[in-house]
Amino acid sequence: MKAMFRNRKSLKALQAALLAVGVCFSIGATDATARYEKLNHQFMCSCGCGQVLGECNHVGCPSSPVQLAELKTDMANGMTDQQIFDGFAAKYGATVLAAPTTKGFDLVAWIAPFAVFLAALLGTILLVRHWSLGKKQVAEPASTPEMTAIRERIRRETGSEGSY
Amino acid sequence: MATFGSLALLIGLALAAYNLFAGGVALRLIATGQQAAISPERLADTARRAGIAVFVAVTAAAFALVFSVFNNDFSITYIMEHSNRALPGPYKFAALWSGQEGSLLLWCWLLATYGFVLRLRHKTDVKLYAYAGTILAGIQVFFLAVVNFAAPPFALLRGVMPADGNGLNPLLQYPEMVIHPPMLYLGYVGFSVPFAFGLGALMMRYPGEKWIKITRVWTLVTWLFLTCGVFLGMHWAYAVLGWGGYWGWDPVENASFMPWLTGTAFLHSVMMQEKKGMMKSWNVWLIFSTFLLTLLGTLLTRAGLVSSVHAFAQSSIGTWFTVFMGIVLAVCIFTYVLQRDHLRSDHQLESLVSRESSFLFNNLVLLTACFVILWGTLFPILSEYVQGNKVTVGAPFYNRVAIPIGLFLLFLTGVGPLLPWRATSLKAVKRNFIVPSIALWVTVAVCLLFGPRPVSTWFSEAGYFYALVAFALSASVFSAIASEFLRGGAVIAKQTGKNLLVSIYLLTRRNTRRYGGYLIHIGVVIIVIGLAGAAFNKNTEKELALHDKMSVGPYTLECVGFNQDSNANFNSDYAMLDVYQNGKKQFQMAPEKRVYLASQQPQTMVAVHSVLSWDLYVVFEGINPDTGQPIIKAFLNPLVSWIWAGVVLIVFGTFIALVPSLTPAGAAVKAPVTRAIQAEPVLKGGD
Repeated sequence: MKAMFRNRKSLKALQAALLAVGVCFSIGATDATARYEKLNHQFMCSCGCGQVLGECNHVGCPSSPVQLAELKTDMANGMTDQQIFDGFAAKYGATVLAAPTTKGFDLVAWIAPFAVFLAALLGTILLVRHWSLGKKQVAEPASTPEMTAIRERIRRETGSEGSY
Repeated sequence: MATFGSLALLIGLALAAYNLFAGGVALRLIATGQQAAISPERLADTARRAGIAVFVAVTAAAFALVFSVFNNDFSITYIMEHSNRALPGPYKFAALWSGQEGSLLLWCWLLATYGFVLRLRHKTDVKLYAYAGTILAGIQVFFLAVVNFAAPPFALLRGVMPADGNGLNPLLQYPEMVIHPPMLYLGYVGFSVPFAFGLGALMMRYPGEKWIKITRVWTLVTWLFLTCGVFLGMHWAYAVLGWGGYWGWDPVENASFMPWLTGTAFLHSVMMQEKKGMMKSWNVWLIFSTFLLTLLGTLLTRAGLVSSVHAFAQSSIGTWFTVFMGIVLAVCIFTYVLQRDHLRSDHQLESLVSRESSFLFNNLVLLTACFVILWGTLFPILSEYVQGNKVTVGAPFYNRVAIPIGLFLLFLTGVGPLLPWRATSLKAVKRNFIVPSIALWVTVAVCLLFGPRPVSTWFSEAGYFYALVAFALSASVFSAIASEFLRGGAVIAKQTGKNLLVSIYLLTRRNTRRYGGYLIHIGVVIIVIGLAGAAFNKNTEKELALHDKMSVGPYTLECVGFNQDSNANFNSDYAMLDVYQNGKKQFQMAPEKRVYLASQQPQTMVAVHSVLSWDLYVVFEGINPDTGQPIIKAFLNPLVSWIWAGVVLIVFGTFIALVPSLTPAGAAVKAPVTRAIQAEPVLKGGD
């Protein structure tokens, strides 16, 4: 691994990327309206329509107005997000939560995508390095004046350094 | 007509079975060089002709069902359940795919149509087409067996025939529903063809990469259909479901998106095989996976394994699909293991910073995205199996996991075209990245300084932050691709004396595949901008008495009427709303709520006013039973029209990519040079 990150610039770039990812997953809502909007999108409507609570638009839906009112009451009572989640899950069952929790087996749902992504990323980097190292062992054809002239012409005409 | 249809399907099955059996025997005889009473070439040709006849038989069956729908033949259970006398003509046609049995018949018919075209074009490469035709026949046998025995569309109703049918699901009574399912199925079914070619080429140890060139048009056309199908579905959901959005990460939506992702990965990585002879095994498995995902999607949504608002056609055909998927997977693994030495590739990369590497990372991201969606779709089943209770995996999960992956993919969309094949120097990388980097940071600055949110809030909410990243990356990618067009166009302009626009046109004609691909990438960028706009959606809901007003964004809506209407198909309530902007009346909207008479199901008809900046999206929520007044919900959805515009550009770019490139000589004829050219410009080839 050390060899992979020998270049300090690459290491810094990787750190910046990880920081950006960290920011992506740590930022959250602040004000009450935003919190309400955020929370009502974290639950499912329990009428069986399969829609997110905040988006349920069924005429005369027996569940969503009740659930939304409960949510407002819970927020007004100063409950934390986790307490609201627990309360809804206890009352309506685990399926009322629009996403898996971060406890027990549910945590696997969150970990697996990133684990697969990181494993695939690492695998691809190693594969590319392996293939490019393999290439270095093959003798390069000698550069002839004709080849050099052609390369120069390509650079001149395309305005790029050998692209395409 | 029911008897005729059933008989046609049985004949179709028999012909497909003959095609599979005779084709298989003929290919075996050819491969082993054995002698038989009939020459293997002649036997293979009879198999091919049987395959063509399958198309005739299945077309007759499809015609029989459509004829029965139009003639209100309610003795057929399917027609009784999915049509009624008052149903308008186009929707009677749509009834063909509104239920399980009919949609499987449509699947069979499209498969037969693809097979018909494939078998007619057999002279392109007789042996390869014989393999592909035989494999396709195997798939046809499965689907025809399903419609003959598991989900027969011509099953007769027991008891007294009712005077009228139950009618079509109201959600399907929308113009787009007449074209969205066929488009989606054309994409789904179409991937059977590249799969058949891929498996066939592996079975026969096809020399070289020509089979990829042969199947390229098939793959691209199929991909185009699937793209159109997916986005038409999005537009339908936006216009019909009435929740203000277009993508809800529903299992049916996910099922259509997964093969699109692997198909897109295949279209990219196959270029590595064509150009460098690399990734042969990878490509074969990508096309196998794409086909298997089309089957898995069908299994998930039709077998009732996952629930969905789109799953109109659930039944117990899951076992059939599970067994078939098992057989297909076993055949793929067996063939691969047997022939893997034929796929030995010359894996050599000169640099980590090269076009080849960018394709590898592109595949990595596309497949990770596919895995995330598959994982999210299957996790409820897995969770029920492991801990005994089903959990919901909805939009919050996908938004948190898939959006960062999507943004990384967008980043690669911009980086890829900037990297040359083989290797590049640090100097060239720096030069190529200057403009995109400037575009990126300028966009960030503009968004922060002049955007619709105060600077601090861009970082306080995930949605706003993602939107900021998406806008910045989009600007960067767009500038990267645009500079490719400008750079190439400038070279041609210099050589031919034509103006820049004509030169860019000539550039595109000389390498339609590359520049068509770039147009598709610009289409993707435009779509991303449209999707990012969702972070700024606003909505408000109000009960409106006559002349009451409500405001959303820059618009003020005034209720000027509340009416009722009815016809033979439905009763409707609708509100008439005058829309004002800056105090001036701009237009009128009429959101509607219908109740269909046959099914007694309600349906929203959303009123949408779309401009480049946003959509004003108005829903008639219902009537307050206490006051009798309409409840109106109004959304202001920014940049939605960009999504549809991006799709149009993708379609256009795909058509360009399908057009053969002009040869240098042809290009010279099309555009006679005004100045003597010393040497032919090196702008041909590559992707």
